[in-house]
Amino acid sequence: MLTFTIRRLILAIPTLLFISLIIFLLLQLAPGDPMAQVPLTVPPEVKQKMREALGLGQPIHVQYLKWLVQVFWIEPQVLFDYLFGTDFSEGKLRVISWQTRSPVMDIIIQRLPQTLTVVGLSYIVGIIIAIPIGIYSAYRQYSLFDQAGTFITMIGFSIPPFFTGPLLIVIFSVQLGWFPSIYDTTHRVTDWESFVYQVKQMIMPVMVLALQTTAQISRFMRAAMLDNLKQDYVRTARAKGLSERVVVITHVLRNSMIPVVTVIALGVPGIFGGAIITEVVFKVNGIGAYLIDALFANDLPTVMTISFIFAILIVSFNLIADILYGILDPRIRYD
Amino acid sequence: MTDNEIKPIAALQDSVPSAPPRSQWKDVWDQFKHHKGALMGGSFLLFITLGVLFGDLIWQLDPKKLDIRAKDFRPIYTAIWDGDAKVGWNHPLGTDNLGRDHLAQIIAGGRTSMAVGWAAMILTMVIGTSIGVFAGYFRKLDGILMRFTDLVLSLPILPLLLVAVTLFRQPLRANFGPETGMFILIVGVIGVTSWMQTARIVRGDILAYKEREFVLAARAAGTTSKGIIFRHLLPNVMSPIMVSATLGLATAIITESALSFLGVGFPSDYPTWGKMLADAVPRMQEFPERVMLPGIAISLTVLSVNYLGDGLRDALDPRIRGR
Repeated sequence: MLTFTIRRLILAIPTLLFISLIIFLLLQLAPGDPMAQVPLTVPPEVKQKMREALGLGQPIHVQYLKWLVQVFWIEPQVLFDYLFGTDFSEGKLRVISWQTRSPVMDIIIQRLPQTLTVVGLSYIVGIIIAIPIGIYSAYRQYSLFDQAGTFITMIGFSIPPFFTGPLLIVIFSVQLGWFPSIYDTTHRVTDWESFVYQVKQMIMPVMVLALQTTAQISRFMRAAMLDNLKQDYVRTARAKGLSERVVVITHVLRNSMIPVVTVIALGVPGIFGGAIITEVVFKVNGIGAYLIDALFANDLPTVMTISFIFAILIVSFNLIADILYGILDPRIRYD
Repeated sequence: MTDNEIKPIAALQDSVPSAPPRSQWKDVWDQFKHHKGALMGGSFLLFITLGVLFGDLIWQLDPKKLDIRAKDFRPIYTAIWDGDAKVGWNHPLGTDNLGRDHLAQIIAGGRTSMAVGWAAMILTMVIGTSIGVFAGYFRKLDGILMRFTDLVLSLPILPLLLVAVTLFRQPLRANFGPETGMFILIVGVIGVTSWMQTARIVRGDILAYKEREFVLAARAAGTTSKGIIFRHLLPNVMSPIMVSATLGLATAIITESALSFLGVGFPSDYPTWGKMLADAVPRMQEFPERVMLPGIAISLTVLSVNYLGDGLRDALDPRIRGR
């Protein structure tokens, strides 16, 4: 297992390099001039100097290598300095946003908590709702509950978040006036009332994202339970007189959780991608909304860094899923 | 000796089959008929496809025509609970803030959304199937193609889609005109970023089928690789391809609407469902129906496609057929 983990970790490096190269080349090929916003009165030779100052005059491979050094060498040093108060990164050039002229990573760190609270909470809520639904609809296959569950998951698959979002806003903010339609990220939780407000403003974005999660995970849970309920060991467990509760919860559920846990791990990066739209709908200023802003402002270093963070998330959660699968299921041996 | 000639028992006496032979597709249809959701989904999809294709022959208003005097009409059904609402039979679903007719826009927008969905789905299937077939059939290509598929699978798709559409819209719009350019771009990026699941499924099936006896027989009879692939393997993997095609259609429609919603889709005077929804969001307090109608159109279409896929999956699986 350890050798497998190490091998996969080493394999992840070329994967990440390849992804970064693709993102980099895509942005390089793209027409679009960071100097487009500079007034026309600025003479061309000054513009050329500004371009060189942004590192744009150099050949592509030099730019790529410099970006790699910035992301993989200088940024970790900054993090290290921040954590331990050292000064390794003094005077080194970080990835600078063309939009705000400040380090991209700093803005991302500022915005990450908003994304994490909304996305993370919605994922947890989605899983908590999905697993009992999956268990029960598999246990009573083709019952009314199962049919309704199937229908609701179908709806969850089919209604896109950019429709459920406005739909919830129309119903709960406009008609009923229960929840605010805009997520206020400057809100601080200090006492009970502000906590209640925080909960209220989180309900809608969390529910929109949780609907997607619930639909997917309850399907997987149901399928995994159905597979296991037909196995011989279940008949044995029943034959030796165990109660239905013990059979289902202890025997079947634990075995069915193996594929579901990996699906849960694999779904984490996807939910971050889906959060882009939800953040735009509810005006949460997380990293998804930041990506959209940066795209419209033609701020390529920011776009590249955020896309690359998404890629890192995908690669690492794929790795986590594989390792979890090996740990949870003793029948799986990777060696 | 001729008297006691042995006669076969009655069950073995028939010389012709008691029932006419059944074709595979008839079996599939018989099973499909039992899936009510799939039938409804299929008929709704047919209805909406015909509606957006031929709807403008019946409802002949120009969706782009501005009629500022007739702006902000409410849908005709608002009159039921609000007698003072500004409604009129000449605009049954109302008009927007520039007086463009909503029904005509839904028809025109649906045509774009469906066209993008179908084109992107077909492109996805072509790419996915060819990569799957090549990887499954030619052992030398298998490793490299599947590693490539894994790599593409770990790309952050939505950010890349957004980046590609934002950054490449200018040159394509300059070369092909604003509408065609965007169409090519959106179909292209959706196709290029969503073929991976199909490729994996097709590869798996091809790997299994190419070891079967009928392929061996075909090869022994001197069939070329091309012949084996097109004559023997592809017809057998048609059912998984069809199922993932329905999934692909659903995702393509949603992706196009998402891009339009985020404001990187078609040009602003060109209606699509996602775009209508996005345009309506700022004024949804006064005019919730402008959000609801395109949103319901997208959701119902995708829902019907998903149900169709569900039914197809059941109908095409010979193990559960006949139950």
